[in-house]
Formats: sequence, C-alpha cells, structure tokens
Amino acid sequence: MQLAREQILHIAELAKLTLSDGETTLFSEQLSAILEYFTLLDELDTSEILPTAMVIEQRNVLREDVAGESLPAEVVMDQAPHAHGEHVAVKAILES
Amino acid sequence: MQLYELTIHEALAGLRAGSFSAVELTQAVLERIEHVESATGAYLHLAPQAALQVAARADQARADGQDGALLGIPLAIKDLICTQDMPTTCGSRILEGFMTPYDATVISRLRKAGAIILGKTNTDEFAMGSSTEASAYQLTHNPWDLTRVPGGSSGGSAAAVAAGECLGALGSDTGGSVRQPAAFCGVTGLKPTYGRVSRWGVVAYASSLDQVGTLAQDAQDCELLLSVIGGYDPNDATSSQLPLPASEESLEPNLRGMTLGLPKEFFAAGLQPGVEQAVRCAIETFSELGAEIVKVSLPHTRYAVPTYYLISTAEASANLARFDGIRYGKSAEKADDIWEVFRRTRSERFGPEVKRRIMLGTYALSAGYYDAYYKKAQQVRTLIKQDYDRAFETCTALLTPTSPTTAFKLGERIDDPLAMYLGDLCTLSLNLAGNCGISVPCGSADGLPVGLQILGNTYDEAAILKMARVYQQVTDWHRARPVL
Repeated sequence: MQLAREQILHIAELAKLTLSDGETTLFSEQLSAILEYFTLLDELDTSEILPTAMVIEQRNVLREDVAGESLPAEVVMDQAPHAHGEHVAVKAILES
Repeated sequence: MQLYELTIHEALAGLRAGSFSAVELTQAVLERIEHVESATGAYLHLAPQAALQVAARADQARADGQDGALLGIPLAIKDLICTQDMPTTCGSRILEGFMTPYDATVISRLRKAGAIILGKTNTDEFAMGSSTEASAYQLTHNPWDLTRVPGGSSGGSAAAVAAGECLGALGSDTGGSVRQPAAFCGVTGLKPTYGRVSRWGVVAYASSLDQVGTLAQDAQDCELLLSVIGGYDPNDATSSQLPLPASEESLEPNLRGMTLGLPKEFFAAGLQPGVEQAVRCAIETFSELGAEIVKVSLPHTRYAVPTYYLISTAEASANLARFDGIRYGKSAEKADDIWEVFRRTRSERFGPEVKRRIMLGTYALSAGYYDAYYKKAQQVRTLIKQDYDRAFETCTALLTPTSPTTAFKLGERIDDPLAMYLGDLCTLSLNLAGNCGISVPCGSADGLPVGLQILGNTYDEAAILKMARVYQQVTDWHRARPVL
C-alpha cells in the first residue's frame, strides 16, 4: 500500500489542507506505513458481520419542539474573526 | 500533611468540620501551583482570582448552612471542555484566544455542586495523542520524572492531580486518554460507559468514542465526581437515562462472589517486565480479597489498533471540518477567496498530528475506499464488542495492565506515529465496545508508577468502583506522591 504524491494531494484538497512539499513527502511515507499495518484487518472475513456505528441502544431520541434560550447575537458575533453587526463577514462567494 | 495533598473526600470532611476554609484550601493549591507549575507545565490557563472569589462564596454559603457535593473543592479542567469566561484552545493554534461563551453540561454541574474551577489543563491538540506532546502550546512533564511524558491526551489533568496542583480533574477518554495518563502519573482515572456523561460542550474528536472521565487521587473521589457530572442531559441525545451507581460511604474489604477475568491477549509479549510484575501482584491481592480469578480471551484484541484509528480518524475528519476560520477561532489574513481562507487557516493552524489524522480519516471515507476501510472497521468493531459481551457473561470485571510500559521519554515516539498508536493497545478496545474502565496505581517499576486497568460491563461502574475502592483500602500505591 503506497500512497502516491497525487493521492496525497487529492486527499489534502478534500480535507481543505494545503501541504508543503516536505509535508507531502512525510505524509506519503507515514500514511503508507500506517495503511500497510491496517491491512491486518483483511485477515478477518466480515462478509456476514453487521457494522457497528454506535454502541448505545437508544434510537430516535425525541423531545418536545420548544424554543429554548439562545446566546445573545453579540456574544456569538464577538467570536467571529470578521463580523458586521449581527452578520459574519466572509470573502465573496459569488462572482460579480 | 499539606492541604493540597488531601483527597476530595478528605477535604470535604475538613471543610464540613470547619478545620479550614475553602479560601485556605484554594490558597494552598494556588501556592503549590506557583511552586511546581514551571516544572510540570500542566496548565494552559489559570484563573486564580476567579477561583478565590468562588472559594469565598463557598465559605459564605457554608456559613449560611448550605452544603454541596463539591462545595469549596478546587478542580482542573482539560482544555477540551468549554468553560464560560475562560479560553478553550483544545491545545490548538486554530482556537488561540477563543473564549467559550457557555459552560459544558459537566461544568455547569460542577459549578452547581460548589466546585471551584482553577484553570484549563494541557492536552494533545484536539485530544489526538498519547503523550500531550502534540499540544501546540507547551510540553507537560511527568511529575515523577520530568524527562518523561505524562501520557495523553489528558496529560495536563493527570500531571496536575499527581503534583498536587488541584484536588481532582476532568479529562476526556476516546481511546485511553484518561486511563493511560492516570497510569503514567500514578493517579486514579475513570472512563465511564459511553453515554454515562454528557458530551454537550465537549469539543468533539471521535463522537462515537468520546467520553468525559475523572482523574483524582483515589477511586472514591472518581466516584464522587461521576455522581456530580454524570446522568441524562437533554442536550446530548446519546446520554443515558439509567440511574447513576449509588455511592456507598464505606465498603467491606471483601470481594467474594466476584469473578475477575484475565484476558490473555493483554498479557502477551511486549509487556515491560516491571509492569507485568506489578499487575500480577495486584491480581494476587484481588484473589486474597476473595475474588475468583479466571482466564478469558478477547480474540479480536489484535485488530483494535487499526479499527480504532480508522473509525476515530474518519469521525475526526468530519468533526474538524467545522474549523474553517469563519465563525470563531483564528482566521488566515492573506487569502484571495473563501476557499483560500479555509485552506490557509487550517494549514497554518492545525499541527502535524491533527493534519495526519484528518488526512487518514478523509482517505478512509473517500470514494472507492469507504467499504475497504471504514465499513470494514465498523464490522470488526462488532466483533470486538462481541468479545467483551461474551467475557461479561461469566466475569464481573476484567483485569489488565493500563499500558504495556511505564511513562516513556519526551521525544522518544514523536517521529514514529505508528509506534505511538501501538502503545495504546491496552486501552483502545474498551472505547470501541463502549464499556467502562478505571486505572488505579498498583506498583512501581524503576521508580515510575504502574497502572492496573479494571474493565467493567456497560453501565456497571458500580462494580469497578467498588473493586478499585476495596483495593485502595488494602494497598497504599495511590498514596505515593512524586517529590517536586
């Protein structure tokens, strides 16, 4: 299991990460070694085994649809790196 | 004995008897922090003035005839748990300067019980690590040997308890992050059953595995902390409605009728001899206390490391997508468009271990690889869970080492992520099964603490806490403290 440079760059783009050349080489080596070790799971025939996503037994936890108290808008906006009043400011996402 | 050396239950007895005040207790802990913090590096943030104010209010409340389960007790909180009016960084540069606008459920419950929050403790970035070396801010040193790691990811909390820099602490345990640092630092660490404690306000790493845990000097304190933070929370739909274990004031030193299993896979080659010796000695103590010791097998244990790292990184890659530099935290300044804001913010501010795990998880979930990796891991998770279910048909609990080794040297494993992952062998599978576990000090190897891990059935914290408390009645390992 050897991850090619192009694969690393493809995964990085999916994850919205820009990797330096050094990181690309390092991750290519390290992730390849880790995935190689993970092929251990291929020893097991799991064709008849149901996957476990969650270990808890509750299903469809319902509650009354009532409005609770929210944080004040100015408190929330205080956290945004760029805010205008009650709005979060971002770079343009539509072409003008 | 100094005030900062007291257990929580001893301190409560002293406060209730009027032997000292909450202000005096808090002052003693703050002075201890001043004395040793430069050596341990356990805290990322301290709030001494606020702590003293809350302590003064606790004294006033007590003078007015009130009491609380933790009234006047100074505690430390892993910096992954949201605390109002304090920073929550998760050990990451991406949350540098972030002030949480609200309390996690576990924090509001601690405050309601009268606890004093001293500050936030160091953690591997987003809890991704086993040594706390992946913190973006500082190293935390093991109080028993400052050249060694405290374990991780709740290394700051474990070091703070061991060094007397708090009376107890909260951590989080996704793959052993409470139990392993507790073992490395010679304190007691409880990982409750998945769903026992609310995760609301706890920054998510791997949502199907994360659970808040407690670190303290003994099991009685862990039990007390669980009784305050645990239980159903409407804000966390995965939290359980089952009642918490009833706390018993005193226990008979007798474990007759309990069957304790030794899973042979946890005693395999690779165990440090001093660790094995201490754990075998502890098993002998349980036998003398009347428990029946039997051999059991958890045959899929060897698959737990790949299963855990596939599931946890997949969930992490989704959970950490929210850190985009837009709504909170830090944002990259020099970017031409919004995609560049995302990429630059994440690339500049996530550390190498976080990037590595996001990459691994993204790969495991990506088109063409999902069935081979993520689904396969979920199927093996079923087999691992079935191993535990079978063992608990005959056993009350299982006894294992918490870690195959004692605390390793700072820097020793940082360049070899796979070696770091393999060190988590003894703790990971419990999170995959969702069961509860506790690590208690059970000896020493070359001057470093060794942890015994007691694994319990789902929602059976009562059994493992009883075992741990009875063991601590007849042994003194939990009383040993490092010299700082």
